[in-house]
Amino acid sequence: MIQVQNLTHRYGDRLALSNVSFEVKKGEIFGLLGPNGGGKSTLFRILATLMVPTEGQAVIAGNDVVRRPALVRRHVGVVFQSQSLDKALTVEENLRAQGHMHGLRGGELRARIEAAMNRLGIADRRKDLVETLSGGLKRRVEIAKALLHRPQVLLMDEASTGLDPSARRELSRHVEDLRDNEGVTILLTTHILEEADRCDRLVLLHKGGIVAEGAPRTLRSRIGGDVVVLETSDTQALAAKIAQKFRVKPSIMDGHVRVEIENGHRFITEVVEAFPGAIDSVGLHKPTLEDVFVRETGAVIE
Amino acid sequence: MSSFLLPAITLWQRELVRFWRQKSRVLGVVASPLVFWLLIGYGSGDLARYYAGALVLTVMFSAIFSTISIIEDRREGFLLSMLVSPAPRTSMVLGKILGSATLAWIQGVIFLAFAPLAGVHASALDYIEVVGAVFLVSFTLTGLGFVIAWRMNSTAGFHAIMNLLLVPMWMISGSLFSMATAHGWVRALMWVNPLTYSIGLLNHTLRLPNASPGAFESLAVTAGFGIVLLLASGIMAAQKQTRSAA
Repeated sequence: MIQVQNLTHRYGDRLALSNVSFEVKKGEIFGLLGPNGGGKSTLFRILATLMVPTEGQAVIAGNDVVRRPALVRRHVGVVFQSQSLDKALTVEENLRAQGHMHGLRGGELRARIEAAMNRLGIADRRKDLVETLSGGLKRRVEIAKALLHRPQVLLMDEASTGLDPSARRELSRHVEDLRDNEGVTILLTTHILEEADRCDRLVLLHKGGIVAEGAPRTLRSRIGGDVVVLETSDTQALAAKIAQKFRVKPSIMDGHVRVEIENGHRFITEVVEAFPGAIDSVGLHKPTLEDVFVRETGAVIE
Repeated sequence: MSSFLLPAITLWQRELVRFWRQKSRVLGVVASPLVFWLLIGYGSGDLARYYAGALVLTVMFSAIFSTISIIEDRREGFLLSMLVSPAPRTSMVLGKILGSATLAWIQGVIFLAFAPLAGVHASALDYIEVVGAVFLVSFTLTGLGFVIAWRMNSTAGFHAIMNLLLVPMWMISGSLFSMATAHGWVRALMWVNPLTYSIGLLNHTLRLPNASPGAFESLAVTAGFGIVLLLASGIMAAQKQTRSAA
């Protein structure tokens, strides 16, 4: 449904996107995960037809985003990170205006507005001014607005930013519902791990390039076993000692020593006994997408 | 046809609805030109001389106020979702400019309530001409605001242009002194300043003195300038962006 080939973009001298290629299948929730400044927003703007890339090609629903932006716009719904609602208008007025932008009108438009409001659970707020709504409700209106013209593809830019965890889960539920019941293909950008974990597939973006691609579970399983994080006053010294004694490659992140290892619980008792007094605190977790990112780039997402 | 007109009408309507819900804007736009006019007019003992200038300033403030919103609106606002809709850019431009021009016009017409103070004794029929002239000036100034705002990344930049370009343009438009009494190069600048013809048009229709360029000239230049700006706006908005459009 979406094909991206060798996409490169420069802002003047700064390389924002470097030779990015991937494909999104129909009915898939596909994530772009990475830190701010990683190239997500640039990629998003190109796919949303807001900007022309320096090199490369992107095709959505069979139409090239550069050569046929008008056709792409007809098949794509866009949910922006920033509010694209008019706060001085009501929920219904916003939806109606959006419908008009797509040439919808009359009874057909009314029916679609009704259906979109019901789907997103905002029908009881239709007469309310948007400025009186909570952040979570505003996002739902944004999605309703993006769906009015029944797009095959929904692009969402950091759509859950600024939402509390329950509103975020609610949003994910609505997105999954769209995939399951409407067959909509969804591409979303995020820097939130929980959200990335709910994608069917994703790419990790770092400094404008893809560093990993696959299903969240597959990516996580690349790291065998557990991740052990040790806090200490002298990270360099501890890392060197661990490397020597346990034949592993510890990394140093954010003032912590980080070790990927099988049977982490056993390693913990051994390491604490081996270097008494050198370790201030110990943590163990199953690999997350953040760990995958750290392993591939040596940097953290958030 | 409807896919061109419908977005334009919707945008025009949106401007009016927003305006109606924020009626206090009227006060902000009309009050300061009114105060300037009363101070200069009573101080110099000639309210009639400065009336058209104050009227243009009212319209200009409103046009600036409306078009400055484009900058924010495009980055994080309603305009952003229009840019990714299949509606033609030219139809958006038309809707936005007509909407903003209508607001400027409404505020100009409100300012006409003070015309009797300036000694304007026009018939109801004359006022139809005046109201038409105010619309033409509103349309032109909104177009000017749009052309400036479209490429701007920050509202701070717009304020700089306003102080360096728009306000000086207004000062040498015949609003404060007439072209006939102006000296040297300023006089030449006045002659090429489109606003000079807007002031002229208003003075003609209001039957006020100091209607410096001729009536036909004033009408032709004001209308021509407006059409050029509308076309320029359409062309600018239809261009593909290689830098961050939003």
